[in-house]
Amino acid sequence: MDQIGFLEPRPAVLARRREIVADLLDLLPEGCLVHEPRELVPFETDAFVSYRRVPLAVALPETTAQVAAVLKYCHRYGVPVVPRGAGTSLSGGAIPQEDAVVVGLSKMARILEVDFANRTATVQAGVTNLAISDAVTADGYFYAPDPSSQLACTIGGNIGMNSGGAHCLKYGVTTNNLLGVKLVLIDGTIVELGGKALDAGGLDLLGVVCGGEGQLGIVTEATVRLIARPEGARPVLFGFDSSEEAGACVADVIGSGIIPVAIEFMDKPAIEICEAFAGAGYPMDVEALLIVEVEGSEAEMDAMLASIIEIARRHGVKVVKESQSATEAALIWKGRKSAFGATGRIADYICMDGTVPLGQLPHVLRGTAEIVEKYGLRVANVFHAGDGNMHPLILFNANDPEDAARAEAAGNDILKLCVDAGGCLTGEHGVGIEKRDLMRHQYADVDLAQQMAVRAAFDPQWLLNPSKVFPLEGRPAA
Amino acid sequence: MQTNFTPEQLADPHVATSEKILRKCVHCGFCTATCPTYVTLGNELDSPRGRIYLIKDMLENGRPADAEVVTHIDRCLSCLSCTTTCPSGVDYMHLVDHARMHIEATYRRPFWNRLTRGVLAAVLPYPGRFRLALKAAALGRPFAGLLKRFKPLEPFGAMLDLAPRSLPKAAGEAGPGTYPAAGPRRGRVAILTGCAQPVLKPEINAATIRLLTRLGVEVVAPAGEVCCGSLVHHMGREAQALEAARRNVDVWLGEIEKDGLDAIIITASGCGTTIKDYGFMLRLDPAYAEKAARVSALAKDITEYLTTLDLPQQEARGLTVAYHSACSMQHGQKITIAPKVLLKKAGFAVRDPAEGHLCCGSAGTYNILQPEISGKLKARKVRNIEATKPDIIATGNIGCITQIATGTAIPILHTVELIDWAYGGTKPAVLS
Repeated sequence: MDQIGFLEPRPAVLARRREIVADLLDLLPEGCLVHEPRELVPFETDAFVSYRRVPLAVALPETTAQVAAVLKYCHRYGVPVVPRGAGTSLSGGAIPQEDAVVVGLSKMARILEVDFANRTATVQAGVTNLAISDAVTADGYFYAPDPSSQLACTIGGNIGMNSGGAHCLKYGVTTNNLLGVKLVLIDGTIVELGGKALDAGGLDLLGVVCGGEGQLGIVTEATVRLIARPEGARPVLFGFDSSEEAGACVADVIGSGIIPVAIEFMDKPAIEICEAFAGAGYPMDVEALLIVEVEGSEAEMDAMLASIIEIARRHGVKVVKESQSATEAALIWKGRKSAFGATGRIADYICMDGTVPLGQLPHVLRGTAEIVEKYGLRVANVFHAGDGNMHPLILFNANDPEDAARAEAAGNDILKLCVDAGGCLTGEHGVGIEKRDLMRHQYADVDLAQQMAVRAAFDPQWLLNPSKVFPLEGRPAA
Repeated sequence: MQTNFTPEQLADPHVATSEKILRKCVHCGFCTATCPTYVTLGNELDSPRGRIYLIKDMLENGRPADAEVVTHIDRCLSCLSCTTTCPSGVDYMHLVDHARMHIEATYRRPFWNRLTRGVLAAVLPYPGRFRLALKAAALGRPFAGLLKRFKPLEPFGAMLDLAPRSLPKAAGEAGPGTYPAAGPRRGRVAILTGCAQPVLKPEINAATIRLLTRLGVEVVAPAGEVCCGSLVHHMGREAQALEAARRNVDVWLGEIEKDGLDAIIITASGCGTTIKDYGFMLRLDPAYAEKAARVSALAKDITEYLTTLDLPQQEARGLTVAYHSACSMQHGQKITIAPKVLLKKAGFAVRDPAEGHLCCGSAGTYNILQPEISGKLKARKVRNIEATKPDIIATGNIGCITQIATGTAIPILHTVELIDWAYGGTKPAVLS
């Protein structure tokens, strides 16, 4: 069902495969290059598993200098490079191509410095998102952006995709929490952008690199902002009789100026899936559920909750259930954060990532249901409602090519619906390969041309992750 | 995940089972984060997701195993941390079991590797041979360093390092027979005698029998029982493993028919995981499938069983215990709370070391066959345990006890030894 095309592999690169492998073996320590054909197969995809391309080789460098050496080599010989963190991308951001060297950061997973005075942590790019919070939790701090895959996904990948997460409603996404990076350019030059302060002088190149999807360089180290843990935090469950009412409630809460830490949405299919996995005690007799987390002192939490409950009542809330213990709160989040994987228990899925203005939530939820029904498929909705960042999970059977093609077509229609409702294609997963050909639906040619010009300034030969983000037609000549 | 098998391939029941397992995987990558070998080596090929993919590729293409696949499957500890993490419910255990059988059937290992594995399979499951081997090891200890310098002989060096300096007397073992309940009988259980454990630490089963009989439970140690088969099962020697399983099923069913059994008590969680899986392992054997399922349903870890006896709260002892949950306990059998609750009730202050989900590197014969990775995991585990500043380490598996003991001076005991002591039994010798 390969509808989204990749760039044709460069024959000159494929022809030099042996030499390239031999040269890379020289550049890297033992055990840091995967090149046996059978060992390359497990690297052919990421969490967007419907698309697969076996790479030419996989480099697993241990230092920034080694990353630079590999990039310099690839630059010199015109070999494409695909960066990879933990390979958890839902948009195919880490899927290789046949003529590419994958540069995986999984061996660079050390926390280099924690600086409580400046509230920063400096880590290697292969450190997982959760490991940062784990390292500082005993001292009362955490790293705020929390993608659902935070257990496994790396900070390097988070920077590439400008990842978000449930708690970004209050604390912002990666770009709002990133202070500096060490970046290796395609020619092997090592540059440092930003630092430990909230702003650095000169052009905000850090802002350009964050969300660059691995096309501007490879981040090997990052300095991120740490945030003091609030006094208390409490997730509360709000059950509704319809998805539309739940969606309208979210818009009203935010519209009235209340910003909880998180407002997460699950519809009935999602509730059933998550409850089966986590046993979190989600209400089962509702059509839609909001997980609203408030934080602060007891008095602050009570006050905010009272206002939210009042708004929810206006929308006919059926159940309001507060977590009674830390264990219960943890289970509520465990269920939510495992939603995608847990869906794997009942079906294959593709996960959409459109973002819409909050007032459009009811309209888009209704439209999504109609689209999925039109294609004869099922959908589970579980998403960051407070941000309007929707994640319809389209369920299908991967062993049935027609079903898979239908799922993909339905996904495209849903994303177009999001854009047409005034939203955008991606809230946090990135464009990757998945949404590349929809970019023209969102951007005029002149807008795309400017983005591509910036991209080309970093990588004139288009060697870095070249099949992604920008439609293959209409690119400037390399 | 999409799979690609022909109807002919799926006619093989092992392939059919594996296909179902593979279909559940959505390739989300969560499992990589909690895999001890991925965390240590940083290569996806040494992670559950990488191994699943290697196995999938091998089975789909109907290929014999090759050196690369074998390398990465051999590095798997079978700790099953991935199955605790997996939100999709991928049954990695049975997938990797199948892969190991496939390797054993289709791949010829290099000579030294074959020899090492052959020796382990021929010695460890047999207490008599194991005892002799350990006595020989005492003589061989000075040569450990020398052996380790020659890569193919490294496992033998690792064996010598692990062998205890002195061996308990064989007389300390709880032999076959019936141990009557003190006072009115409130239950009757069989105890798995085990193979390596009674040679290395006979006091574990002794404490179990003392404790249970004192609590009014009759304990029978049936004659004719053999090693549970786990050691050879994890080497992919399925025929040998199933033979052991059948013999034990027969022995325990005999006891059930004689006087009934409330449970089959296991004091080594590694064995427990396997015995609880007998029903699956023998599912294709019409003569044994049902019997094995009955046995599996009766198998209980000692801490699981003790929880049902509702022991009273004891006074605080002023001793801090770091509880190390064996992988086979927490991931294999999903027993996480019971041992800690028992220890707290028994009057101990219980600490959870950081990174409790990570394996200590023991993993059956792993510390012998993969000494380098095992050593790194041991150091990490000991560091985390020692950070809790405990007086005692408690765990529920003989493998972990042997492994961790070679890395720390803090005494390490089986949980049941501490429970026995707290409820009127003898104080463990290492604490005196």
